[in-house]
Amino acid sequence: VSGAADAAGIPERLAALVARADRLYRDDRLTAVRAWKERTGGLAVGFLPIYVPRELLHAQGVLPVGLMGGREDLEIIKGDAYYQSYICHIPRSTVELGLNGSYACLDGILFPAICDVIRNLSGMWQTLFPGVLVRYLDLPQEFTPGLGGLFYRHELEQLSRDLQARGATPLDPEALRRSLALYNEDRRLVRELYALRRVEPWKVPTHELYVVLRASLVLSVEESSAMLREYLELAGADATRRPLDQARVLLTGSFCEQPPLGLIKTLERAGCYIVDDDFVQVHRFLRSDIPTDGDPLGNLVTAFLTDAVASPTRYIGEAVKGQELVRRVEESGAEGVLFCAPSFCDPALLDQPMTVTAVERAGVPWTAFKYSENSGQFQVIREQAGTFADSIKLWSAR
Amino acid sequence: MTVPARRPSAVDDARKDDSQRRQKEMIARHFDRLAAVPETGERCAYTFVPGNLTELLLSFDILPVLPEINALQSAMRGKSAEYIAVAERLGHSEDVCTYVKSDIGMLRSGNIGPTGQRLPKPDVLLLSYTGCFTFMKWFELLREEYACPVVMLHVPYQADGRITDAMRQYVVAQLREKVIPALERATGRAYDEDRLKEHLTRSAQAEDDLVWVLQSAKNVPSPIDAYFGAVYYLGPIFSSFRGTEDAVTYYRMLRDEISERVRLGKGPVTPDGDAGEERFRVVVEGPPNWTSFRQLWKMFSDEGAVAVASTYAKVGGVYDTGFRHDPSRPLESLAEYCLGCYTNLSLPTRIDLLSRYISEYRADGFLINSIKSCNSFSAGQLHILREVEARSAKPGGFFESDLVDPRYFSAANIKNRLESYFQMLGQKRAGGAR
Repeated sequence: VSGAADAAGIPERLAALVARADRLYRDDRLTAVRAWKERTGGLAVGFLPIYVPRELLHAQGVLPVGLMGGREDLEIIKGDAYYQSYICHIPRSTVELGLNGSYACLDGILFPAICDVIRNLSGMWQTLFPGVLVRYLDLPQEFTPGLGGLFYRHELEQLSRDLQARGATPLDPEALRRSLALYNEDRRLVRELYALRRVEPWKVPTHELYVVLRASLVLSVEESSAMLREYLELAGADATRRPLDQARVLLTGSFCEQPPLGLIKTLERAGCYIVDDDFVQVHRFLRSDIPTDGDPLGNLVTAFLTDAVASPTRYIGEAVKGQELVRRVEESGAEGVLFCAPSFCDPALLDQPMTVTAVERAGVPWTAFKYSENSGQFQVIREQAGTFADSIKLWSAR
Repeated sequence: MTVPARRPSAVDDARKDDSQRRQKEMIARHFDRLAAVPETGERCAYTFVPGNLTELLLSFDILPVLPEINALQSAMRGKSAEYIAVAERLGHSEDVCTYVKSDIGMLRSGNIGPTGQRLPKPDVLLLSYTGCFTFMKWFELLREEYACPVVMLHVPYQADGRITDAMRQYVVAQLREKVIPALERATGRAYDEDRLKEHLTRSAQAEDDLVWVLQSAKNVPSPIDAYFGAVYYLGPIFSSFRGTEDAVTYYRMLRDEISERVRLGKGPVTPDGDAGEERFRVVVEGPPNWTSFRQLWKMFSDEGAVAVASTYAKVGGVYDTGFRHDPSRPLESLAEYCLGCYTNLSLPTRIDLLSRYISEYRADGFLINSIKSCNSFSAGQLHILREVEARSAKPGGFFESDLVDPRYFSAANIKNRLESYFQMLGQKRAGGAR
């Protein structure tokens, strides 16, 4: 962290930055996206969780816009009429926001292949919004360069052609190299924030980091990086933030439908420092920088094949299930794991018995609960998380 | 999907057609072979119905085991509740697929299959990832239980309603470079394309007859029930027999029997014998409920409702739009089969197909059985309901149940829904006649 931040006024500047991020996070009408379009005349294309290659869109002059469903204060009127009670909540709020015109500024939406619900939502979008680009991004589950890699490259080339047909600039390797570098920087800043939180979690409260990461989804990568850089500097330099006697926990399972902000605050108030998590995972889906030399599209493909996190949405062929989670526990210095998945989330909940086994084998305490993006009552979770944090502080040998 | 595989009694046999008896014998023989694997040393693969590669497995003399079929058989035998409870005690969520939990519970309870015989451990887990995300997680879970190789076949989704060259080439390349070498390693035998072609030739013959049988429902009255009754007809071709001489013989026999029903102007066979008057012709979307299969069927047949087409009958392959396995293009043909299974089709394609069925089969309406634990089918079905109603101008009905979890079968609610729906169809018809 650079020492550029002035000591004076840091808490106020930090509060102002977070307030701005909070406004962006809560702005369902995507005002920042509309402003960007007016300013640049470019296309804006939304994407559902978890990961799309934003660099490709950026290189063609398109603004990638991360869409992560609704919040506890978004009233679902029409969206519920499209889904049975036993389907998760993110497609309801996504349909709601589509039908109420919030996404009218988007020229298209990408639906990455992560589960059957998001997959089928892509087909609904085709019939509900015939005028916009709807692309199901079929991410490969086979990770050999000549097989899954080749197929994925075809997918990206097709996506590029579709964007061009809508008015985006043709894909130019040099432009893609520049985009790779910009997103490398953006991801590096996020990694640094996560590293700072691991070391001094009181300086980067997760409820704050979360809204900053959510806000960056509606900004250009340049604006996002500027905001992340400023937040990193201010948070790191804020000497008024003091450590508390909290339990360090890793939170997993929240990679698609996001918990309400109130849930994150509840966990922190219950005595947990969240030192690693799966929130807004597009920022950390790739672990490291993508090389900018050579064939940039090939580099983007290789990064997906070889450098992505062990998401429950990716087939784990050879590695031991849960191995990566245990490694993350060790690296983050977490004293326990919170399995915190949305209700009816197939990838998270089908994965959980395997990852729980791995965590137990490693002797790491854990607890589990579920949520919906519009959950409003957290008392039970507060008690559960509080008891868990207390038990760690009192009895854990870790 | 297959007939419950308990041993036939003399009383049962007296009521069964020759094709039914033959199918029972085929299935019993298959499970006998599986039970004898520890002695015979035959190889077996666990795999899924949609996108199954039965012909390829048979060309290696590998016996297929289909966990979904075991799960539904467990439900029909009243065992699934107990198995699901075992899985949930092990930490499996109440929110997820009950096929998976029934299978895990069965495995942890001794892996006793539908015939009461123990199923062999797999030599290979062949994960055909076609049209259902849960399949992938299912085999990750099974991989934890068995020390055997897993081979993944990733089948792309037909999001834009068509199979592209890139999709076909991707699947063929995986078959050539991953699946076939894995099967060679598992069996110690070389890939024999000529044998595969022989199986594919027989598949196409059986598929011709199956399509004829399914399309016989265009007759009025329909000689078959294409949802409940079709489950019995689909058994051999969806499971372990596609590509065998047994399947060819079975489907020819079935076709002859249905042909005779058409000639005699008979309706379908129901759990209570020959159906009475055909009052309503409906198209059905979604899998059946297996824990109360006969009860649900009776709710239809008591109202004189006959399913003339169903999408569930296409989960193991959509043959009635023209696809046939083609021995002249063996791997390409297997790839196209995998890509074309019903749950691998986009929602707009599913809407088109349902709308077409309603028109071609002269249906009075359509019903959706929305399955709690099957997102592949269920997510988007309320949208399908609206769209198909708008396109076909036929009324749709909607009810909910589950695959194999009896806790989610509310007989009174479903019966109420169905009776109201059929009453409405009757009133509509009466109104239209005035």
